[in-house]
Amino acid sequence: MDALWLSIKLAACVATILLLIGMPVAYWLAYSNWRGKFLLESIVALPLVLPPTVLGFYALVAMGPHGPLGKLWIAFFGHGLAFTFTGLVLASVLYSFPFAVQPLIASFESVDRKLLDASAVLGAGSLRTFWRVILPLSLPGVVTAIVLSFAHTLGEFGVVLMVGGNLAGVTRTVSIDMYDRVQSLEYGQANRMALVLLMISFAVLSVVYAVNRRVWTPWAAKS
Amino acid sequence: MGGEVITAMLTGQIRKDRRNADAPSFVLDVSLEVSPGITILFGPSGAGKSTLLDCIAGLARPDTGRIVVGSEVLFDSAAGIDLPAQKRRIAYVFQTLALFPHLSAEENVAYGLSALNKSRQRERVGEILSAFHVQDLRKKKPGEISGGEKQRIALARSLVTEPRVLLLDEPLTGLDAKLKSAIVDDLRAWNAAKHIPILYVTHSREEVDALGERVIAIDNGHVVSAGMPMDVLDAPRRKRLAQAAGFENLLEGTVLDLRETDGVMRVRLGKAACELEVPLGFAAAGDRVRVAIRAGDILLANEQPRGLSARNIIEGRIASLEPRGTMVIARVDCGVPFSVHVTPGAVRALELAAGRRVWLVLKTHSCHLVE
Repeated sequence: MDALWLSIKLAACVATILLLIGMPVAYWLAYSNWRGKFLLESIVALPLVLPPTVLGFYALVAMGPHGPLGKLWIAFFGHGLAFTFTGLVLASVLYSFPFAVQPLIASFESVDRKLLDASAVLGAGSLRTFWRVILPLSLPGVVTAIVLSFAHTLGEFGVVLMVGGNLAGVTRTVSIDMYDRVQSLEYGQANRMALVLLMISFAVLSVVYAVNRRVWTPWAAKS
Repeated sequence: MGGEVITAMLTGQIRKDRRNADAPSFVLDVSLEVSPGITILFGPSGAGKSTLLDCIAGLARPDTGRIVVGSEVLFDSAAGIDLPAQKRRIAYVFQTLALFPHLSAEENVAYGLSALNKSRQRERVGEILSAFHVQDLRKKKPGEISGGEKQRIALARSLVTEPRVLLLDEPLTGLDAKLKSAIVDDLRAWNAAKHIPILYVTHSREEVDALGERVIAIDNGHVVSAGMPMDVLDAPRRKRLAQAAGFENLLEGTVLDLRETDGVMRVRLGKAACELEVPLGFAAAGDRVRVAIRAGDILLANEQPRGLSARNIIEGRIASLEPRGTMVIARVDCGVPFSVHVTPGAVRALELAAGRRVWLVLKTHSCHLVE
């Protein structure tokens, strides 16, 4: 079960980081009028279409001892980035980026612009408008972003294999572990792991759909 | 802030070109002065009313111009001044009201008071909710209250910040007349103490009549007239404005002759033999003109009337009768089509029916020349 805990830890770190960097990026993409915005939108969506191994390959090269990121990391921390948990987190952040940013963009964009105008004429700056109006009204999108980036990271394989390798307790996540077990014909173990992942994924998607169907609306009328 | 009486006037010269692919180009070019008290900004939809309010509030940026409240310049393209909306202290109630759906009435109203401490906030929110008679709704979310209550909350939210100017963009549409006038009374009572300029946008002629305040009429991006409702709206000089102001009959005609000593001229309508005497306008014999007549200003007779002071008696035939609530619209064919408002009682008493011969009676001064 080490592998499962590692995966959950990785997914939690990635979901947290993505929420923090995803919100400003999504805010900008939702509200900017810059004409070249489509370029950034394409970059954000890139991991959706890129094979994970390609992304993992580039990440590995960048993080390696001769790569720009790797060199920088060694200069600061004295050790490399490839085949470490941190490296895995960084690569996964890239890989799951669209899963966090796109639901955020969609929900920010769906906030009625007149509410933002109302906030402005009532004296609120953009930061206050974001915290008091945009974010509370985008809660379903925020939940979706967290859940999807968590779930997507939990099951990733290609990127992890490229960047993290297969070090028990460090980078051997649940999908790598399963692959190992199937290779060594331990189907019983693999089956149990698969079932756990299946259930987690189902639970997680149920949350996403429930929130978006407003089964629980945060500002629902109290009766 | 504080409770001092502000009696600053709002003045603006605003020019804004609106160009985009999906709409025909449109130029807003107005100059206006709004004194303390209610001023109505009247015009058909698409006349530029909302754009004008957005420019004043700082939500849209004029291309050139100057906007001043009292002695403070909010916008001056020449001097490079453009105060952001947050700093203008201009309250704006949108047509959609834009109440925050996730906040209670109380939280909505307190939204603009973040500079005050909690107890001062509570005090001010309590005062304004009482002034607008919605103190019992403080804990309710916008989704839980009625249209009229929402409108009161939206007004309270805007006014609690002690703005220097209040902009109202058709805030009371959809309310019945009684509720509307109750809310306007509350607004008047509030402004009796504060005395700020209030710019009240509407395209409803009824609302203009009900408010009975100074009117600025705007059409196609320009101020077309300003003054008291009677002067502005009863002498429409533009076709669209005329339609918006409830002139159901807009008829094309040719000037036949001018009788300057009588202050009238004769106009032949369309190609028909139908002639009208209308007040003397800026036209010469042979000119094409447009005449606007309210359907409610026309009398209907079922036999040829005699001995009337009214100068226009036109024979026609009823094409159709369309009941509209407490009123019936009679379409009368006199060579040109006329719409006439009659009561259901009159329909019965005169035994009006489609195909019946009737006479229309129009006073000369019920016929308005439209530019």
